[in-house]
Amino acid sequence: MKTAYLGIDVGSISTKAVIIDQDNRILAKDYLWTEVNPIGTVKKLLQSLSRQMDRINKSQPPESYQVQSVGTTGSARRLIGSITGASVIKNEITTHAIGTISRHPEVRTIFEIGGQDSKIILIENGIVVDYAMNTLCAAGTGAFLSGLAQRLNEKVEDLGEIALTSDNPTRLAARCSVFAESDMVHKSQIGHSKPDIIAGICQSVVTNYLNNVAKGKRIFPPIIFQGGVSKNIGVARAFTEATGHDIHVDPDSHLTGALGTAILAKSSENRQPFDFQISEADFQTKGVNCEKCANHCEIIRVYRDKELIDAWGNKCDRGQADIFTE
Amino acid sequence: MGSLNSPDYICAPFKFNLGNYIETIEKGADTLVQTGGLCRLRYYGELQSQIIKDLGHDVRFVTLAQGALSKPVNLYQSFKEINPALSLKQIGATLPMVMMMIETMDKVEDYVRKNSGFQNSPGNLEAVREDFLQRLRLTDSKKEVKKLYKKTTENLLDIPLNKPTNPIRVGIIGEYYTIMEPFSNHDIEKELAKKGIVVDRWINLTNTILRKDWKRKKRIRHYTKYSMGATSMFTVDQALRLAKQKYDGIIHVKSFGCTPEMDAMPVLQNISRDYKIPILYFSFDSQTSDTGIQTRLEAFYDMIMMRKGGLL
Repeated sequence: MKTAYLGIDVGSISTKAVIIDQDNRILAKDYLWTEVNPIGTVKKLLQSLSRQMDRINKSQPPESYQVQSVGTTGSARRLIGSITGASVIKNEITTHAIGTISRHPEVRTIFEIGGQDSKIILIENGIVVDYAMNTLCAAGTGAFLSGLAQRLNEKVEDLGEIALTSDNPTRLAARCSVFAESDMVHKSQIGHSKPDIIAGICQSVVTNYLNNVAKGKRIFPPIIFQGGVSKNIGVARAFTEATGHDIHVDPDSHLTGALGTAILAKSSENRQPFDFQISEADFQTKGVNCEKCANHCEIIRVYRDKELIDAWGNKCDRGQADIFTE
Repeated sequence: MGSLNSPDYICAPFKFNLGNYIETIEKGADTLVQTGGLCRLRYYGELQSQIIKDLGHDVRFVTLAQGALSKPVNLYQSFKEINPALSLKQIGATLPMVMMMIETMDKVEDYVRKNSGFQNSPGNLEAVREDFLQRLRLTDSKKEVKKLYKKTTENLLDIPLNKPTNPIRVGIIGEYYTIMEPFSNHDIEKELAKKGIVVDRWINLTNTILRKDWKRKKRIRHYTKYSMGATSMFTVDQALRLAKQKYDGIIHVKSFGCTPEMDAMPVLQNISRDYKIPILYFSFDSQTSDTGIQTRLEAFYDMIMMRKGGLL
């Protein structure tokens, strides 16, 4: 039997999962919108991965792959880590760095723009030396692009291609997504064409990123651009123009976080065969407020088929004492 | 409660202060004291007393800001205003003891901070500290404070520690209020200690108020020529010290919109580059989510582990 490792990245907008082998090669992968339902989405993803693995195992007898450990990352990592019995639950900054370095050991700078967050990671000799992440504001992320795409009555996936047709991008305000939208409406009313405006939006994402997230950081090539927004070729081109360097976008650029946490799961000593049947189980979560003091910590309890399997959320020992008693 | 009655863009310490004032008024306080300081804080007394008046509370509001720090006479006047029965003699008798209490508290806190992450069972050091603070309330002479400090030190040293020879060391620098008030910085020191990290924090009352350091300006002149106000010079000086002492990382904390600390950040970036020391920047408002902070802290820890070659 050959061992494999599962990595799941549950983001605010989309959920990604990969299964890798001992050499970090991706065996199975999939990608779904989270739609504010992380558990349901992960179940669907697991079903898809399970089917892909069955196919591989059938085509390559007699040895079949068995997932031996699971890693999770992304904003719902704790919850999903709990229901999948993950041995690694890791923040997305670390997993993105590890995932990227495994594919591109020479990388110096990672630009990452996701659904609601964006970050920059600086790397020297395969080691993270600095990073920054957006705070307080999500202007210039995937959510910003989706919002404007809707307003323009275009699919967000198509924005990049449309932007490439423009050679005279419109200048748009980039600081705040609401003002960017009013600016966009205004520019359309004074006669700017749609492709020019869309190219302008791509540029404003880049301006925003370089001025806020990457502020004060020295950017060295090779640069890898990843996260959902990296699929937008217009933004990638704007990055090239703004930095003067080639921007590399990996075909699996949206899977880097899942890949990174799968690699971490591989190095974890905590192993046990993973059962894809959990996608059939019924999971419930319940939030209760701890009444032990005025802080009222919100305690989350997770039930699998009505049985309490995990709980967290308290800040002090008073809450810990009976976190598992209902 | 503070946020509700404050201007949204004011810094978080203002909101916490105001909330505390309202709470104390509801519990019966009739005199409020605002200290003032070296940044916008100087103006807070005025604004807060106005807000409290507008809320319909009739209390006395004493602001120590007006030149109080430069002239001892003014300080005395302000104290007189709070308590007319106060004599110069009383101040003379109490002040040295209060100063000693502060120094003692800071020393105990410093030890706990640096060693909390290495206890065999968490909470032991903190228990000694709690006990010490309770007893400190009851002391009323320098001699008693001294005795208590000696006993506390013994108690602290009695607690077995499991410290590796080369532990991860992280220094915390930044704005006065946020750095010292655990609630406003989401217990950042405790979170770091939990991961087995030595936490260094130079900023405390002893180092900033009781002691003067005339050489600071000279030490940091390569990085900054003019003072940027409030704690910014401490911040630069301490970042430089931590970098020279080869700490593994620095965490810079400030309340959202704190101008002096914001001005210090480009200087910190230069220090970070010159000494290759990573610096993590945090801006706290009165309602920042825990998760975001956890994510960044964990990533910072991972980065340090990676640099030390211990993550994969």
